Amino acid sequence: MKKAKTPVPHPNAVPHGSVHMLRLCEGLAYAPAPETTPVKIDATYGLFIDGAFTKPGRTFATVNPATEKTLAEVTAATASDVDRAVKAARRAQEKVWGRLPGRERGKYLYRIARLIQEHARELAVLETMDGGKTIKESRDIDLPLVAAHFFYYAGWADKLDYAFPGRKARPLGVAGQVIPWNFPLLMAAWKLAPALAAGNTCVLKPAETTPLTALHLARIFQQAELPPGVVNIVTGAGETGAALVNHPGIDKVAFTGSTEVGRRIAASVAGTGKKLTLELGGKAANIVFEDAPIEQAVEGIVAGIYFNQGHVCCAGSRLLVQESVFPEIIRRLRDRVSTLRVGDPLDKNTDIGAINSRQQLEKIRELVDSGVKEGAELFQPRCRLPKAGYWFAPSFFTGVTAAHRIAREEIFGPVLSVMTFRTPEEAIERANTTPYGLSAGVWTDKGSKIFKIAAKLRAGVVWANTYNKFDPTSPFGGYKESGFGREGGVQGLLPYVSLE
Amino acid sequence: MNTLPFPRRPVDQVMTEERAASFARRSIKSSSKLAALKLAISMMDLTTLEGKDTPGKVEHLCRKAIQPADPRYEVPACAAVCVYPNMVRAAKAFTRGTSVKVAAVTTAFPSGLMPLSVKLEDTRLAVEDGADEIDMVIDRGAFLRGEYRQVFDEIAAVREACGNAHLKVIFETGELQTYDNVRIASDLAIRAGAHFIKTSTGKVSPAATLPVTLVMLEAIRDHFYETGVRIGMKPAGGIRTAKEAITYLVMLNETLGADWMTPDLFRFGASTLANDVLMQIARLVDGRYQSADYFSLP
Repeated sequence: MKKAKTPVPHPNAVPHGSVHMLRLCEGLAYAPAPETTPVKIDATYGLFIDGAFTKPGRTFATVNPATEKTLAEVTAATASDVDRAVKAARRAQEKVWGRLPGRERGKYLYRIARLIQEHARELAVLETMDGGKTIKESRDIDLPLVAAHFFYYAGWADKLDYAFPGRKARPLGVAGQVIPWNFPLLMAAWKLAPALAAGNTCVLKPAETTPLTALHLARIFQQAELPPGVVNIVTGAGETGAALVNHPGIDKVAFTGSTEVGRRIAASVAGTGKKLTLELGGKAANIVFEDAPIEQAVEGIVAGIYFNQGHVCCAGSRLLVQESVFPEIIRRLRDRVSTLRVGDPLDKNTDIGAINSRQQLEKIRELVDSGVKEGAELFQPRCRLPKAGYWFAPSFFTGVTAAHRIAREEIFGPVLSVMTFRTPEEAIERANTTPYGLSAGVWTDKGSKIFKIAAKLRAGVVWANTYNKFDPTSPFGGYKESGFGREGGVQGLLPYVSLE
Repeated sequence: MNTLPFPRRPVDQVMTEERAASFARRSIKSSSKLAALKLAISMMDLTTLEGKDTPGKVEHLCRKAIQPADPRYEVPACAAVCVYPNMVRAAKAFTRGTSVKVAAVTTAFPSGLMPLSVKLEDTRLAVEDGADEIDMVIDRGAFLRGEYRQVFDEIAAVREACGNAHLKVIFETGELQTYDNVRIASDLAIRAGAHFIKTSTGKVSPAATLPVTLVMLEAIRDHFYETGVRIGMKPAGGIRTAKEAITYLVMLNETLGADWMTPDLFRFGASTLANDVLMQIARLVDGRYQSADYFSLP
């Protein structure tokens, strides 16, 4: 545990060790309860092209971030692999998938959704092992949403005429899709389901640190007898992604990831005629007004920033608290954060899992150090972190001003920056003063205030009295440097069709 | 007076229920489970509140409270027995010389719809007969009319009538219905002098639920933050299985912490819960389930 010394205490600083202390979580021991569903991981994986797995080529290791042990060797797709994948996708689109009636495409998608449900537990375990997220989240949030996404877009496949009344929606062709490591399977579902429903075929590149669940999803496609080439999965790092994005044979690029990479993709796609959607970073404001339900707001703050170790583009990473309730919020937050259990992600009692990679851990550490150096006050609960693996204790900073790096840059870890405001006007101004605009949260017991504030926030998603809730029927996407285009809902079909 | 003498703390239903449900996902196994189950027994107020109660029935209850199971299971005694005022003398006689306390339900239980003088006399007589604890009901009619001052004054008066007996205040949350009301009732009762706040009489459904108990625990926590005073909590009615009891203990552990994990500050009001907990203890000790016939009836 590290406690930073601030030379001048922030006017709102709450003294440490206040008089009446709760001894939380010391009254009952929770024995380890590891999830034991077996999952068979191959030693090496090839690429999934044209309905079959290729022989493994040059490979790279994918590690379990909770143990630093290698789980499997995965093939790094070369430019010629990507080329074969794109050509297979083109053939499948022109000869099979694009010609199928929507009703038939829907049948495949329903079948895939059901198979995902059947394999949900093993996929959840694999997701947790490869990415470090807790089994509680992969089992109760990721996998149900993955299946729900396929079910939802299966329903649209034969109803495109109703999605865009009076227009004829035609598929774009082949979609090149590059997805991140924070929700590997869920992001695959977000990309694949609407594209396939609309009649496109896909070449998907999973993130290099979390390729396994996408490859196991490919087996489900085989089991569902999805026609060869409709979905192709090429694993690899940045070069593979670049080869895919720059391939002249694709009609559409969909990317979820960092703003930095998104910017490069936008530049390389410019002038090619390829359609583009980007879902990028965020630095969301979670605004707590003095008339909020305080206890539940604290729950929402925790759900906003510590969900998935803070590896969430829409994380509520900037907490804006009205000055009049700042001390009581901080006191409760401090106690609540102390109850979070950090450790083995496969343990059902774990709340905070492993940081996805060493690289990400270093980035978090660097930004947290900058916060301490710039004079913000760091709170971390006393907790023992495992020796092996990548870990970061759930943390928050008080005494943060809008000028701090930790208030402006996306940390993408379990680190919250707390700031204060005095009036609703000031809250809106502070919330909107960011290059990003993906999401925001509003906490107040007053319904009219919710609508008034939400309408003025420049954010794609605004949650009221809740946070980090997802549903396939609800569109998701950002303003400004958080990207453009929407995923989910009927709006999520639009980036995958041309309207006549 | 219809206004509250303290600021209202709004409660959000959705997040409260979500948080409450999260406690059920904690997994408690083996030795920690055994410890939790024994703790649950020690926190139990074994209850009989029927029109047909007799000293004979109360004797069964008291013996069960003193020795819940075969001594080889090393199960502690229950915290108390909870009876109508007419049964207090019998219960005191049967529990003499043991740690088991006698609680009496007074103040025109379960409705509370009688003149205050009757309620106070009801309480005084129970205390005179030896009741260690008084479980009173609030006047829900007055509460729902917004007569908060009346509710407050009645609790304060009953507290005075209790003398040295501990006061538990029953809200009948199934009749208050909203979490906002539960929170207001909690803040009222705590300020009026309750030692414990209690969800239900057991005569109205729904009785205790996890989210209602969570809202009450949060009121207790806020009072502790402000004053350092620890108020007790008693969910009563509707808790029937060992698994549910453990979920309540997990919630307590993560909301108020170790200092509340004692019968002095947490009780289960239940009649059928004990044997399910004992059955689970026997399974953990013996490695197999036994028929219900092996566990004594209260």
